[in-house]
Amino acid sequence: MKHTISVLLQNKPGVLSRVTGLFSGRGFNIESLSVNQTLEADVSCLTLVTTGDDAIVEQITKQLHKLIDVIKVTDNSETDCVEREMILIRVKAEANTRAEVLRIIDIFRGKVVDVGPKTYMIEMTGNAHKLQAVVDLLRPIGIQEIVRTGTIAMIRAHKN
Amino acid sequence: MKISGAQAFIKCLEEQGVEVIFGFPGGAVIDLYDELLKQDKITHVLVRHEQAAVHAADAYGRVRGEVGVALATSGPGATNTVTGIASAYCDSIPMVVFTGQVPTMLIGNDAFQEVDIVGITRPVTKHNYLVKKAEDLVPTIREAFHIARTGRPGPVLVDLPKDVISAMINFPEPQPIKMRTYRPTYEPHPGQIEKACKAILKAKKPVIYAGGGVIASNSSEELTELATKLGIPVTMTLMGLGGFPGTHDLSMGMLGMHGTYYANMAVAHCDLLIAVGARFDDRVTGRIDAFAPHAKIIHVDIDPSSISKNVGVDIPIVADCKHALTAMNSWLDRTEACDAAATVKKHEPWRNEIDAWKKKHPLGYVQDSDIIKPQFVVEKLHELTGGNAIITTEVGQNQMWAAQFYKFNKPRNFMTSGGLGVMGYGFPAAIGAQMAAPNRTVIDIAGDGSLQMNIQELATARQYKCPVKIAILNNNYLGMVRQWQELFYDKQYSATVLDVAPDFVLLAQAYGAVGLRARKPSEVEPVIKEALATDNTVIMDFVIAREEGVFPMVPAGKATTEMLLV
Repeated sequence: MKHTISVLLQNKPGVLSRVTGLFSGRGFNIESLSVNQTLEADVSCLTLVTTGDDAIVEQITKQLHKLIDVIKVTDNSETDCVEREMILIRVKAEANTRAEVLRIIDIFRGKVVDVGPKTYMIEMTGNAHKLQAVVDLLRPIGIQEIVRTGTIAMIRAHKN
Repeated sequence: MKISGAQAFIKCLEEQGVEVIFGFPGGAVIDLYDELLKQDKITHVLVRHEQAAVHAADAYGRVRGEVGVALATSGPGATNTVTGIASAYCDSIPMVVFTGQVPTMLIGNDAFQEVDIVGITRPVTKHNYLVKKAEDLVPTIREAFHIARTGRPGPVLVDLPKDVISAMINFPEPQPIKMRTYRPTYEPHPGQIEKACKAILKAKKPVIYAGGGVIASNSSEELTELATKLGIPVTMTLMGLGGFPGTHDLSMGMLGMHGTYYANMAVAHCDLLIAVGARFDDRVTGRIDAFAPHAKIIHVDIDPSSISKNVGVDIPIVADCKHALTAMNSWLDRTEACDAAATVKKHEPWRNEIDAWKKKHPLGYVQDSDIIKPQFVVEKLHELTGGNAIITTEVGQNQMWAAQFYKFNKPRNFMTSGGLGVMGYGFPAAIGAQMAAPNRTVIDIAGDGSLQMNIQELATARQYKCPVKIAILNNNYLGMVRQWQELFYDKQYSATVLDVAPDFVLLAQAYGAVGLRARKPSEVEPVIKEALATDNTVIMDFVIAREEGVFPMVPAGKATTEMLLV
């Protein structure tokens, strides 16, 4: 099962390699990874997507906790959260397909951010499923290149 | 007043109560060595290879219950420490290793004797640091010692660039260490203690399985109290030996791959396994689904990641073993439902069952009147030292025979490379142990193969007048691998025959040490007696039965009840 894990880290040199080294050394998977600053200048948030059964994810969480620079580990799969990725797609856009491309990205609330003589560059955000759906729809038209970020996640506010 | 980084380094060591460090100099750490010479509070032991410095610091720390300290230069000095650090990491030994580094402006330049030792040791240290700014030096060293000795102990490496130790700095006053992200749990959850105690009172066939955590937390008294209060049999891991008296009626000795028949049978048949400071290592569990299959499991460990890692646990207790055992003992003492005497009596049939296994297959060997049996040597060492020596071992058959036949009654008397299994550990460890306890008898139970991995330390032992005794169980083989080849590889002794070996007696003499040899069983006792009476480093070369094996043995991947017996 897929798990999105958020890790708050002290922003120190080499801290990312402590995390990734832990995963490679213990044979855990990383499917995607995203790191950036938080509100506190010396704290980073690392979000990673991994797969494994409950026992493996429990070990991953505990091992991450053991790293001295790790402040907090949250397995978002156990909570109601918003997950987002961003994708840039360069897709063929010739006279006979332009309208179709625009229609598709409009449905998915994407936008064109660069126009070439025969291509569009499209920017879109969403969860992994949504982005995959767009990629699948555009593929027959002709995707030339894609670049995709890792997942980031934030827990939803308590309703009451 | 400003002082140099090197002077601050010495002051930090003094502040931490360090009396002995083990090291080897080099270009990047000359400043530190210059300061070491100018003071007399800290003794520096000059080893002949940096790996030995780390093993010696490991054993020094274990004997004293303190943080061991090793020092090496940059580049090759640093890389030579890696095996020792990895061993200390596997065995949770508190240690701080200092390495020199090229000046900060040269880092990343492929400078002479530059290596990214922080990168290299990241997976084998509890934590590590590269000190980039001189003002960070003192706080970093203080934090390193704090991390090494607290929680689940472990090695911490501090990499010191040359310009950092030559810079002039203000020495900051000591302050309590507060770390935002590192606060180990010492106190057990009272609810879990109650659950555990109730399970213990309910059990009909309980077994205590004690590991190195009992020794690290100095809780052998509390463990002994729990076991004797309720009459619960105890088995120990290799790292746990000495945590409970080996000659006690309730002791079943070691469990696992070369554990006793009765310890493995008891674990296989118990209805409650009380794991204290142990980690369900593969050498202990054998085939995992056949390990303690009928038992409810209580697991006390200070490291949450050890719990339910290999074997699912019913009652986890995250705590320091000493705190947890104290809490359990006091719960049992104040609870009316706990009738200790009745519980001891209730467990009598269970103890009888274990005794029957013990009678059926005791730990033993076939004595021989012409050829020396290695087990006999270890038994004699035990007898002639009254069980009071500090024993270190190399790795392989020698290690297992030592673990089986030397009955450790006290903690911190047995130093071995348990988790990593480092050949070459025992001799430098013996030197470290002797530096920690100058008046004790220290014996390295060695194999002829392992000893040659750090034999150069004879010079160190002589230089610092360490009267350590080395007992070589000499079979001219890399014996443990040979045993596997004999049993599982059609006796194809590939690369395990040591055709050329030094004359160890002459070798000892070449270093100014004493060499003794025994070829017959009748010579064993006189040789040991002479060695113990000699105030010098002694090599005892026992020419043993070449193809003697270590038994019982659980073949890799088998259930622990599927033992090969003598």
